[in-house]
Amino acid sequence: MKRDPLKPKGGFYYYMQSTSGVVGAILLLFMVIVSICAVFGWLPHDPLEQNVEFAMKGPSSNFWFGTDEFGRDIFSRSLDGMRRSLTVSVSAVSIAATIGVTLGILSGYLGRWFDQLIVRLSDVIFAFPAILLALAIVSTLGNSWYQTALAIAVVYTPIFIRVARGPVLTVKEMDYVKVTRILGFSSLRILRKHILPNVTAPIVVQVALSLSWAILTESGLSFLGLGTQPPNASLGLMVSEAQPIAAFAWWALFFPSAFITIVVVGLNLVGDGLRDALDPARRSS
Amino acid sequence: MSNPLLSVSGLGISTVQDPRTLVNSVTFEIMPGEAVGVVGESGSGKTLTALSILGLLPRGVAIAGGSIIFNGTDLTKADPETMRNLRGSDISMVYQDPMTALNPVMKLGRQLLEVIESHEKLDDGSVARVEAVLREVGIPQVERAMESYPHEFSGGMRQRVMIAMALLLTPKLLIADEPTTALDVTIQQQILALVSEQRRKREMSMLWITHDLGVVANLVDRLIVMYAGNIVESGTVEEIFTNPQHPYTHGLLSSLPSRTDKSRKRLTSIPGVPQKPWLVGNTCAFAPRCFKATSECTASAPKLVGTLEKSVACFHPMGDK
Repeated sequence: MKRDPLKPKGGFYYYMQSTSGVVGAILLLFMVIVSICAVFGWLPHDPLEQNVEFAMKGPSSNFWFGTDEFGRDIFSRSLDGMRRSLTVSVSAVSIAATIGVTLGILSGYLGRWFDQLIVRLSDVIFAFPAILLALAIVSTLGNSWYQTALAIAVVYTPIFIRVARGPVLTVKEMDYVKVTRILGFSSLRILRKHILPNVTAPIVVQVALSLSWAILTESGLSFLGLGTQPPNASLGLMVSEAQPIAAFAWWALFFPSAFITIVVVGLNLVGDGLRDALDPARRSS
Repeated sequence: MSNPLLSVSGLGISTVQDPRTLVNSVTFEIMPGEAVGVVGESGSGKTLTALSILGLLPRGVAIAGGSIIFNGTDLTKADPETMRNLRGSDISMVYQDPMTALNPVMKLGRQLLEVIESHEKLDDGSVARVEAVLREVGIPQVERAMESYPHEFSGGMRQRVMIAMALLLTPKLLIADEPTTALDVTIQQQILALVSEQRRKREMSMLWITHDLGVVANLVDRLIVMYAGNIVESGTVEEIFTNPQHPYTHGLLSSLPSRTDKSRKRLTSIPGVPQKPWLVGNTCAFAPRCFKATSECTASAPKLVGTLEKSVACFHPMGDK
C-alpha cells in the first residue's frame, strides 16, 4: 500500500531512525528469545544437574560456556538465570509502573493535601539508597522470586510517581483539558483519556530504563545472597559463586557477567531510542 | 413576556483569601433565543462572569454573593455533579484559542463522541449525529475529518470543530469567550456568520464575550458594557451604538476608526488606565478617567437604572442626541 504523504509518520518510523534504538532492540530481542528457551526447558543440559566428572571444564562443543565447580552447564544456567532475572525485573517494574503512574497522575491532578502526602511519602522512600532499601525489604519479606520483585517494586514506585506527576502538572493546565471540563466530562474520563495519553512518552522511557536498573538490583541482591537461592541459577548468584574459582575458570565469571551487561546495555539503548522517537524536539528529520 | 433563560442578579466574585472584589454586583438577563454581548477591557470581569455561570471559577476565586438562575435553578447553590451534567449539554462554551483547545493525541471523531458519551449513552446513531453536526459547521470531507488529528487542521477549521463540539448536544445557552481573537479577519467573518446562522436555526441563547465592539455589532441583540468589575451600561445594540449614555461607552465608541469619516482626525482616546476592581470602593469606577466627573461621582457608586432596552449606571449620562 502506498503511504499517504500527508499522514504523519508513526512512532515506529522514528524509532527505527535511531541507531541506538535498533541495536538495543536487537540485543534485547536476543535475550528475550534466550529466556523463552529457558521457560520451555529447551536447554542442552538441566541447569541443576551436577556432574563431578566434568567439573570446571572450559567451553567445548558439549558445554558451550564451560562448567562450574559442580560440573553444571554454565550455558544452561546462564539462560535459566536470564529468565529468572527478567521475570523478577519485569514483574517488579510492572507493579511499580502501575502503582506509581496511578498515584503520580492522581497526585498531580488533584493537588492539595493528596499531592503533598504522596510526594512526601515518595521522598521518604527516595531518602534510602535503592539497593539498601531493597535489601531491608527482602530480608523482612523473604526471598522467593515474587518477594524480591515486590521489594524492587517498592524501591522503584516513587520514580514512577515523579515521572508521571511532573507532566500532569503541565498537561492539566492545557486548554484542551480546560475544554473537557467546560464540556462537562467526568474527572475519571479526563484523567484516563485526555491526560494519561499525553503524559505517556516519559513513562515509556522510564519503563525501559527502570527494567535495566531492576535487573542490576536483582543481580545485586542475588550476589549478596538475598535474592535467588542456590542451587537455582540467577545471573547475580552465578557471578557471586564464580568469584572463588574465577582465577582458574574465567568462563564461570565471564558468561553470566556478559549476559548482565548485554541485557542492561540493550535496555538502556532501547530507552534512548524510545526517548528519541517520542520526543518531537529530538527528531532529526 | 416570557421568563428569562438566564437571570444573573447581584453577582459578586472575589478572591477567597484576602478578599478582593473582582466582579461587583452584576445583574443581567438573557431571554430564550436572545444573543447578548459583553464588552469590556481585559480585567473588567467579563470572563469571570462567564466562568461563574459554568461553575468553573479558577482556584482561589469564588462567588461572593448574588444568584445565577438558569432555567429555574440557582447555579450558585447547585452541587458539582449537577453542574457537570449541565455543562456541555444545556450550557456550552466555545473556547478562545482553537489551536490549543483540542487534545493533540485523539482523533477528532473520537473527541466529539466523548462529548456525547459524557452526558448520554453512545448508540448506533451517535457517529451519524457527530457527522451531521460537523457537516453543519462546514467541515469538508467529514468522514476523513473524523479520522484526522487536530494538527492536520487549520485554525479556522479547528474553531469550526470546537463549535461543533459545543453545539453537539443542542445547548440552550452558548457562551463564547472571544472565539475569533486567535483567527485572521476573513476567517473571523466566516466564523461569526456560522455562529449567527446556527443560533437562529437552533433558537439558542448566546452570551458573547469580547473586547471588540466591531465584532458584536451584527451578531447580538443586546450589549452589556463592563468596566472594572461593574456593568456601566446595557441596552440594545442600536441604542448603544447610536446613543451611548455612559461616558465610558461614549469614549469606547469614539475611539473606533470609521470608514465613512474622511477628516483624518486623530482617534480620540480615554486618558488613564482602568481601575483595579477591588480599589473602586463606593465610588463610580470610571470617575478618575471621566471628563464629566463631579464630587458626586466619588461620593457614592451609581446604580444601574433603566429598562432592558436601555440602562446606565451614571450620575451624569450623556443625554439624548
